[in-house]
Amino acid sequence: MNLLEISKLTLRIGAFEALKGIDLSVRTGEIRALVGESGSGKSMTALSIMKLLPGGARTEGQIRFDGKDLLAASEAEMCRLRGNEIGMVFQEPMTALNPVKTIGEQVAEGIRLHTGATRAVAEEQTRAILDRVGLPAEKFPLSRYPHELSGGQRQRVVIAIACALKPRLLIADEPTTALDVVLQKQILELLQSLVDEERMGLLLISHDLAVVADMAHSITVLRHGEVMDNGETTEILTEQTHPYTRQLAQASMHVPERTPHHLTQTTPDGPLLAIRNLSRTYPGSRKGLFGRDPDFRAVDDVTFDIKPGQSTALVGRSGCGKSTLARMVLALDRPTQGQIHFAGRRIDKLTQNDLRPVRRNMQVVFQDPYSSFNPRHQAERLISEPLYLLDRELSDTERRDRVHRALERVGIPRADKHKYPHEFSGGQRQRLAIARAIITEPKLIVADEPVSALDVSIRAQILDLFADLNDRLGIAYLFITHDLAVARAITDTVMVMSEGKIVERGETEEILRQPRSEAGRALVKASPDLHKALARRIGEQG
Amino acid sequence: MLNYVSKRILIGILTLLAASIVVFIVLEIVPGDPARLMLGMNATEDAVQALQQQMGLDQPLLIRYFSWIGGLLVGDFGKSYTYSVPVLNLITERIAVSLPLALISLFLSTIIAIPVGLFSASRRGTMTDSGTMAIAQVGVAIPNFWFALLLVYVFAVSLRLVPAGGFPGWNAGVWAGLKSLILPSIALGLPQAAILARVTRSALLDVLGEDYIRTARAKGLTRRKVLYRHALRNALIPVLTILGLQFAFLLAGTIIIENVFYLPGLGRLVFQAITQRDLIVVEGVVMLLVATVILVNLLVDLSYALVDPRLRGRS
Repeated sequence: MNLLEISKLTLRIGAFEALKGIDLSVRTGEIRALVGESGSGKSMTALSIMKLLPGGARTEGQIRFDGKDLLAASEAEMCRLRGNEIGMVFQEPMTALNPVKTIGEQVAEGIRLHTGATRAVAEEQTRAILDRVGLPAEKFPLSRYPHELSGGQRQRVVIAIACALKPRLLIADEPTTALDVVLQKQILELLQSLVDEERMGLLLISHDLAVVADMAHSITVLRHGEVMDNGETTEILTEQTHPYTRQLAQASMHVPERTPHHLTQTTPDGPLLAIRNLSRTYPGSRKGLFGRDPDFRAVDDVTFDIKPGQSTALVGRSGCGKSTLARMVLALDRPTQGQIHFAGRRIDKLTQNDLRPVRRNMQVVFQDPYSSFNPRHQAERLISEPLYLLDRELSDTERRDRVHRALERVGIPRADKHKYPHEFSGGQRQRLAIARAIITEPKLIVADEPVSALDVSIRAQILDLFADLNDRLGIAYLFITHDLAVARAITDTVMVMSEGKIVERGETEEILRQPRSEAGRALVKASPDLHKALARRIGEQG
Repeated sequence: MLNYVSKRILIGILTLLAASIVVFIVLEIVPGDPARLMLGMNATEDAVQALQQQMGLDQPLLIRYFSWIGGLLVGDFGKSYTYSVPVLNLITERIAVSLPLALISLFLSTIIAIPVGLFSASRRGTMTDSGTMAIAQVGVAIPNFWFALLLVYVFAVSLRLVPAGGFPGWNAGVWAGLKSLILPSIALGLPQAAILARVTRSALLDVLGEDYIRTARAKGLTRRKVLYRHALRNALIPVLTILGLQFAFLLAGTIIIENVFYLPGLGRLVFQAITQRDLIVVEGVVMLLVATVILVNLLVDLSYALVDPRLRGRS
């Protein structure tokens, strides 16, 4: 008998049919991946099992856990199962923990609830599980609060909560999507080892085949609430019989076609962007009346050039200082030391007014296309916003022409200019953000994780768009990312950043093939790669 | 933290100083000469001048301001023009009524509002929730003096449980004093409770949408336990903010209720002082209220840090 057996599960929320009769099973000790793009119903499946669906949701079909029909179970029975027999890990570690309770209280709470253990016993068990997930007592006493921990450490706490009572089924809903690749690998390895130790069943939800290819025994592919493909991992990925699985796999490995920038090409005008010995220090937080923590150097003596039309990736783990560096390049933050030259002019000391011509030539694309737009403005107004940076005011016809041209370049129909942000899909919104960035015909675009919030197939399309704009318009990029696949796809050169310093630089292909720095090696090793994962699997199976 | 508190106290002192200037100047500008008012319309010009001299009103503005401020620093609030007794005595007499009244009302408001807010939030969208909130809406809307009259009619006039008004003084015994404050506290506290209950409910509902609530549910906690253990404390910050504002209001904004119940409170003192141009009393009471508000705000801000560990150790 399977540990978890879902058959013909249908879920309606209002008039919307989120799940259309899906079948899914997890055996004891099995890692089952549930893969699909946003809106495919992955999280709804997980919440259906936990019976934590939003109000107004109606389910039909059957969910059997260890033979017991969960859909028919009472709320009291579910409360006994949740956290005890079935544990769950969520996507967003930054918000998954209660900010006003210590990590010890939060882990011990579930233990005391289900076992009725005394405070002392529960604390002992809490200590043990926190040690187990990699949060040792000397650095992480039970009295720590969530805000004192990083994202990866918080996710370990969430995993400790879910695994404290050694549940028989663990559900992990995109547990690593919000983390950088090195943390992702660590967290996945932790899950794998916990599952192996306790013979748990694991339902691992992800939007990226490459992430699960390494560890899942079997894969179920979901799309629009329907199961597209289902089977053993190696088989599914080598044969790729289902067109949608093939599409997902290809999107995950997608490399846009582009003419690489000729690095040897000499440019008479010198570099477009020249960074010299740039540093940014933040004063340490105050300790008592006189003491202070030592200053924190977020960016430490960084020097580099970007030539016109060159696409450069700045890769590094979260917290390495890459976004601080980007903010200084964009003149949103001032350096403590060093110089920034753009198009031959020193810009780090300019006033806001003098920065206008600079900003016209240097635009930005952010990670989250939704939160970077005013929801009450139409697309036309949103993308024409940077036009105020031009020297003279445009006539209405000129303005409209520019909007049309920008929309056309990013592949959005003109007629959509009257729509509001919420009427666009995630991928289209990122296209709008790019349209907004290119409307002033800039020479440089700084893109801060521009595709990491997007589904794989949309990510592939947006990467194509970036590559195409680089080819056609000769726009130079500074691409900030922790994802090497992105760097490989569209950049000529890579700089690896670690603890505020650039520790390695060179041509993208070369560095990704043979990183020399420790930080570079860690990133390359942790980066999910469908090819490598498959090769390893096939090798193992002979 | 120490740093933060000393900074806040310094800001508080500056605020008090600014308030003293504003209060002094405003009362200087408003028409009406205290000396003339005290002597009546038929007084001779000489008599008025003599009285002005005696009260120090003939001195230049700056000198009068500094002698007043200097007095405040050593606890001398001056002497009332109309009653000819030290202002401080008048104020302490009235505070003996107003402070207990404000505290009891606040206490009532809190012990009613938080359970009601919890109750309503835990039954979100049900008839019970809508019903409770509708009653709270009425509580916010009805004028408190009308509500006070209703209370007097029912509990004092018909049932004769408590006195209809007046205050016997604490010398008459604690119970006698408290008894005369029961109805006024209810009249003041219930509408405040209605506001606070609505704030509590909406703060709770915001928190219930957070990710960590889902984490807590996934641990196996029931809805009710999640509400008490995880949601309530996170929802307290807006509740504390409103409580702080309510205390300041309850201490001095109660003229109408004091009039309805014929209570000798601070509100009535100020009201009478204004009509009689007893400016020194008005100034003294206003300064005291400003100081109270500053202190309460500081306490509220410090209590945020108690509730939310993220606010600790930050300046």
